[in-house]
Amino acid sequence: MRYLPLSDTDRGEMLARIGVQSVDELFADIPKTMLLKEPIDLPRRKGELEVERILSRMSSKNVSASSVPFFVGAGAYKHHVPATVDHLIQRSEFLTSYTPYQPEIAQGTLQYLFEFQTQVAALTGMDVANASMYDGSTGTGEAVLMAHRVTKRRKAVLSGSLHPHYVDVVKTLSEMASDDVVTMGPDVSGTEDILSQIDDSVSCVVVQTPDVFGNVRDLEAIAAKAQQHGALLIAVFTEAVSLGLLQSPGSMGADIVVGEGQSIGNALNFGGPYVGLFAAKSKYIRQMPGRLCGETVDADGNRGFVLTLSTREQHIRRDKATSNICTNSGLCCLAFTIHMTLLGQAGLTRLARVNHANAVKLADLLDDVSGAEVLNKAFFNEFTVKLSKPAAEVVERLAEKGVLAGVPVSRLLPEAGLDNLLLVASTEVNTDDDRAALVAALKEVL
Amino acid sequence: MLNRQGRPSAPQAHGVSDPAAGMGDQAARMQGDANTLSTGSAGSHPTFTGNKALAQIEPLLFEIGHTDVTGVDFDEPENFKPRLGGLERKDEIGLPGLSEPEAMRHYVRLSQMNYGIDTGLFPLGSCTMKHNARLNERMARLPGFSDVHPLQPVSTVQGALELMNELGRYLVTLTNMTTVALSPKAGAHGELCGMMAIKAAIEAKGEGKTRNVVLVPDSAHGTNPATAALIGFVVKPVPARDDGWVHVEDVKKLLGPDVAAIMLTNPNTCGLFENQVAEIAKAIHDAGAYFYCDGANFNAIVGKAKPGDLGVDAMHINLHKTFSTPHGGGGPGAGPVVLSARLAPFAPVPFVTLKDGEFTLLEHEDETAEKPFGRMTAFHGQMGMYVRALAYMLSHGSDGMKQASEDAVLNANYIRASLADLFSQPFGDKPCMHEVLFDDTWLKDTGVTTLDFAKAMIDEGYHPMTMYFPLVVHGAMLIEPTESESKASLDLFIATLRDLAMAAKKGDKDRFTGAPYHAPRRRLDETRAARSPVLKWTPPAPIAEAAE
Repeated sequence: MRYLPLSDTDRGEMLARIGVQSVDELFADIPKTMLLKEPIDLPRRKGELEVERILSRMSSKNVSASSVPFFVGAGAYKHHVPATVDHLIQRSEFLTSYTPYQPEIAQGTLQYLFEFQTQVAALTGMDVANASMYDGSTGTGEAVLMAHRVTKRRKAVLSGSLHPHYVDVVKTLSEMASDDVVTMGPDVSGTEDILSQIDDSVSCVVVQTPDVFGNVRDLEAIAAKAQQHGALLIAVFTEAVSLGLLQSPGSMGADIVVGEGQSIGNALNFGGPYVGLFAAKSKYIRQMPGRLCGETVDADGNRGFVLTLSTREQHIRRDKATSNICTNSGLCCLAFTIHMTLLGQAGLTRLARVNHANAVKLADLLDDVSGAEVLNKAFFNEFTVKLSKPAAEVVERLAEKGVLAGVPVSRLLPEAGLDNLLLVASTEVNTDDDRAALVAALKEVL
Repeated sequence: MLNRQGRPSAPQAHGVSDPAAGMGDQAARMQGDANTLSTGSAGSHPTFTGNKALAQIEPLLFEIGHTDVTGVDFDEPENFKPRLGGLERKDEIGLPGLSEPEAMRHYVRLSQMNYGIDTGLFPLGSCTMKHNARLNERMARLPGFSDVHPLQPVSTVQGALELMNELGRYLVTLTNMTTVALSPKAGAHGELCGMMAIKAAIEAKGEGKTRNVVLVPDSAHGTNPATAALIGFVVKPVPARDDGWVHVEDVKKLLGPDVAAIMLTNPNTCGLFENQVAEIAKAIHDAGAYFYCDGANFNAIVGKAKPGDLGVDAMHINLHKTFSTPHGGGGPGAGPVVLSARLAPFAPVPFVTLKDGEFTLLEHEDETAEKPFGRMTAFHGQMGMYVRALAYMLSHGSDGMKQASEDAVLNANYIRASLADLFSQPFGDKPCMHEVLFDDTWLKDTGVTTLDFAKAMIDEGYHPMTMYFPLVVHGAMLIEPTESESKASLDLFIATLRDLAMAAKKGDKDRFTGAPYHAPRRRLDETRAARSPVLKWTPPAPIAEAAE
């Protein structure tokens, strides 16, 4: 077996040193009737070549985003990731290291976490950011719990244009923790009256921008009303590139900002692993979930970095911890920070402009298709199109024609009666040919 | 050497008495920053740059980058009319960029300050730092897995769903459980999923109000009590015994109509298989409660025993431990949860089913006759990790996985037997599973602590073992070599630990209390970091101002 260095001679010598006859003597604490005598009924070991064949066969049954005109978004976005990113995250010392519990030999990880935290704080316009969460949706759940700790209230108000999966994650967590959740109805136009829901019983208001229907939302009035009632505004985003062009949630008054960072540095990966970005005002640091990396000095007075404020965390506080979280999204977080470093402010704003320009071009083209109408006034790189037919059916027909057109709203909200709505995203990867292919296919189907 | 801010990166070199004098706090700070390498014999040969040959100093990105530099080329879009609704950003973001060669060098240099499994033996107990096969990386990057969107039509991702289904089949078969919830993003997230399923099952029986206690042994991972508390359970500890095992009579004493579940790690964090697990499971079930097993140490028994046979109702499996998906400096993990027949109906969405030869994905609670308790995460979980874990399982096969478990246990016991005369075993001289636990009794009166000992191991080129965990043992040292180590590697490791142990006992304190001497940093001041947290870089004050 190529992964196991011990030879049978080694094993024999080692058993002798230990003073047992067979390895099963070491498993003597397993009840006799439960100790398996035979290998489990699964296939035997395989060489690399064979494994590669099996998995390649499965892979080839899927239609990859790069192989077709591709407009699918709704919380995960197809972007170009520079080759450098994937090379660097596969360096042994990054790939095969552990959580930096021994900081003297983990400064590489710790320094990039410190840089990552600084980048995320700048991008979101917040005071501090943590070392990442599992993803945007679980981060949103954690943000709500954090708001409950800060305000000592237990009622969250969720916008009707928050990504429905995020809503479900927050609802699941809240129901289990016996907390209250008020969910607004689906808000296609971004005009819901969320202000009227905010009163002195509310812990937090959760609003996404750009929202799941693509609308760009002004958060200032919501922030002001929340502040007036001692509630926190949690601003959510699922498209990190949008922050290159849009006002930051921090500048609009958000208390906590949480978002999905997949767009920067990370592949689509069929939904994971991704990287949750989490930032807050500095006065809430000690209520934040997740790992934090901080600057300090070593015994010689040299600058160095360590994980810090761990008295919030489960391994110290156990059932009194701020969260049960015991990991971050290490390599995805590294991919994010490398890509962001390659972009820099100049590259990020240009990338964001290209995204927006492509989406505007596509919206104009689709508006001219009979049976299709773009509903959004303002958007970044994704918008909602109202079709004359059920969107799920249209998407399926277009897939047969080799175009992946977007996400039917009914896939996310099957009971909402929004069956004719389609979410369409356009990023820098789309060419004029892609757009023409979508328009042509749509004309045939509608 | 000057950095881009025109400040010396290594002003301390070459006998300059106080080069930072009059340069302000930032310069003084950077003086400190630059001198990254340890003293020792090299200390008497200072260099101008502060670098020591291959050991390179690397400033922060923010000290070398510029906001107008980029390493990514895009053409500006042609004229178009923005539709941002007047919400355009007006302020600077303040993100410096690096060109591609600069970025490459920045991160390569950072990586060189890290210790990984590929560097050397990484015996971090309970964390399972085994070899990460690069085949698995290659497979995860196949376009049909890495370049597919979670919400594209299911007709276009049949192979991805097939892979999830196959991974699920392997996990269910290896554990003899009824079903698996794949979506949890990490071990602790899996615990949360399992405990939510238990809570849902209890509520379905109408006992939600009365059953609110979860039993957690003192030796458990901190995530266990944190998870239970997160969803409103009251945690009651099961006291530790001096033999390292949880005793069924201790559990029975705590059982009653208020107990919802026990969270038991097996093999436990003392490196022992819970030898009364069957009796404990029976007592738990007789009391109407559920058995949650923390599967962090499943790697010791894959192919040797099936948790389902032991009475487990829910168990998360850390794919990054048992099935060697890379730890990546702290993630991403993956924590699928296998469930017994009693809990299977409550598994969260989404899940994959096979119908008429086609895979479908159930994403909404009302699409099924079962009673899913909700949703753990957006989309379908950690696909990238599923591919790597399945590649591991296919490579090892049923026979290889069994052999891996046996070798892991053999290696740990070999270390135990080879150190037993010098180190102290808290629970007596008896076989362990995949990790061996020592306490610090043997260090008494040496003036050397577990922490000091760990730092001296760094100087010897090893990553230390897990320290001060489990909490039930004083000064714990938890050593998990994994099956990836050769006998020669173990022999050198053992010889090194013996040498260190004898040095400690001989009173060679300096070798320990000042360690590490040879790492990229000396011991770091964690108290200072926590007392006045600096969690991000801030621009230095202008020099003239600061000097006033």
